[in-house]
Amino acid sequence: MAFLDNILLSLESLKSNKLRAILTMLGIIIGIGSVITINTVGVSLTSSVSSSMQSLGVTTITVQLTQKSEDDEKTNQDVQIKKFGDDTPGKDDLITDEMISSFRNDFNDKVQYIELSRSVGTGTIENYDDSSSTTSVNVTGVNDEYFDAEEVNIIYGRAIKNKKDNDKDICVVSNKFVEDALGKNSKDVIGKTVTITINDMPKTFFIAGVYEYEQETASTALNQEVTTSFYIPIKTARILNGDYAGYESFKVVSTAETDTSAFLNTIGDYFTNVYSRNDSWTASASSLESMLSKFTEIMSTISLAIAAIAAISLVVGGIGVMNIMLVSITERTKEIGTRKALGATNASIRWQFITESMVICLIGGIIGVVFGVTLGMIISNIIGFTAKPSISSIILALLFSLFIGVVFGYAPANKAAKLNPIDALRYE
Amino acid sequence: MGERIISLKGIKKSFFIGKPNELEVLHGIDLEVNKGEFVAVVGESGSGKSTLMNIIGVLDRQTDGKYILDGIDISKANDKQLSEIRNKKVGFVFQTFNLIGRQTAVKNVELPMLYKGVPKKERTKKAEELLEMVNMKDRMKHKPNELSGGQKQRVSIARAIANDPAIILADEPTGALDSQTSRTVMDIFHRLHKEHNKTIILITHNRDLAEECDRVITLKDGMITDEFEGGRLNGFS
Repeated sequence: MAFLDNILLSLESLKSNKLRAILTMLGIIIGIGSVITINTVGVSLTSSVSSSMQSLGVTTITVQLTQKSEDDEKTNQDVQIKKFGDDTPGKDDLITDEMISSFRNDFNDKVQYIELSRSVGTGTIENYDDSSSTTSVNVTGVNDEYFDAEEVNIIYGRAIKNKKDNDKDICVVSNKFVEDALGKNSKDVIGKTVTITINDMPKTFFIAGVYEYEQETASTALNQEVTTSFYIPIKTARILNGDYAGYESFKVVSTAETDTSAFLNTIGDYFTNVYSRNDSWTASASSLESMLSKFTEIMSTISLAIAAIAAISLVVGGIGVMNIMLVSITERTKEIGTRKALGATNASIRWQFITESMVICLIGGIIGVVFGVTLGMIISNIIGFTAKPSISSIILALLFSLFIGVVFGYAPANKAAKLNPIDALRYE
Repeated sequence: MGERIISLKGIKKSFFIGKPNELEVLHGIDLEVNKGEFVAVVGESGSGKSTLMNIIGVLDRQTDGKYILDGIDISKANDKQLSEIRNKKVGFVFQTFNLIGRQTAVKNVELPMLYKGVPKKERTKKAEELLEMVNMKDRMKHKPNELSGGQKQRVSIARAIANDPAIILADEPTGALDSQTSRTVMDIFHRLHKEHNKTIILITHNRDLAEECDRVITLKDGMITDEFEGGRLNGFS
């Protein structure tokens, strides 16, 4: 008996008892639906996070001071006790300009830019048209390479130059800042002064350049009031901060042809070596790529855990299918007897009922997938990410629902197949 | 004498074998049926009619004795072969029709062909022809619950002959019908017998209907007690 005939037969039998079929499917629908919902949200989240991370550049490696872990210090108990609880690096622990320039010399062929930045804090300025409202800026000290590395687009004037500007009070501001706070045309402000208040202290800067402010996609909906960056020379920033020693972190942009992950390890080893005599601090390297892989790892662990829970609901659904198949077989005992009298083999009876159970589960699975994808898309949109249902997991879910159909349909189908035709025919 | 279709020799059937309530229902039946014969089996309830019918229809196996159906020794067949024999050699007509309620008349008639592996188009065509033959052409798409008793039985006769079986086994086919519809059904059996040379075994309580057949066999307490020529036909000769 052809497989297609079995499918048509199953559909007929489901049609004759619609409510029961739907109630039976409900377990499968909920199980598959929840897996697909979670999966769609997860995949959407992962892909939007990774695409926004990738747009920031995977060639960027961050070198950052980190406290040495206890394992490293076990060899020197005294130091460990002495340093316990000391969680901010001292002046001597910071990364110095000398370290950076010798690093640069050693890896000149692989390093495209070294990006230094130092946050000073939030600066405010009264708006030109309304003295009761203010515009805020992030005052950040940067080196000249920062502008190239971050692809800051200077539209008027110039970027900051290390040698020339050194510790001068100059700044590079955004066109948005010029419009909002100064109410002037960007090209007219070059060489003019601007006074902003940083930590309650007014400070005047000459505007050396204006860069084009680019909206960040993720925050578009919320940016009524945007805080743009207010770039000043890094040395000026260090003076404002009251320290001259060095940096807690810096960024390295590798050249395009460099293998970032290999270079990451090289940099890590290099600075571990530099800090080998420092008892409590070291510098470690990380990239968005390594963060991305960690993030993906976490997401897949969460998905796996949810899938395990959903699997339990699918098993419960499967038991429901099995139960209804047993009822259905008892109801149709006479039909089974008739079929056997007409020449149905045990195998064809078995297949008829396994197919029926598979059809129930597959239809349930399909409804579940539709339901899950829809719900997943709605949730993704609410969170603010582009929904991306994963085709592979949809196929997997459908295959799994078929598998449940076979597993939970087999026992009832086998029971039907083994019925004695005479007893079955006589059954009322 | 024509070709031998059924040959029963010393058929015994016991139930509850090996248990204290072991019961022998058939005590050695010898029966031979030739191709094209119309045989009636009569007997009271508990005479072993149904048991004999189940054995002839290969729904059950004898405990002892030899049964050859259309040249096949049934005792040597396995379960799968028995299914095939039921499918191709036997056409059942039941007292309670046993049509599948969810399916239309055509689909019901198609069933034996479905299990034989006949392609869809071919079996639909054949089923329609068969329904036409039993005057059910206008009710082909109806489901059993939309049909009267007589109509249901006509559908089930069409189903019984779908695979052109060696024997048609009718177990009280008129038992659930009034006398007028019984007549219609019997006329169809006679037509199958006369015009299509079918071998028919009819099990019935009704002596009048039995006596219309070529041969009447009386079963009592699991033994054949009487056998005589029938052939008294009402308006059919």
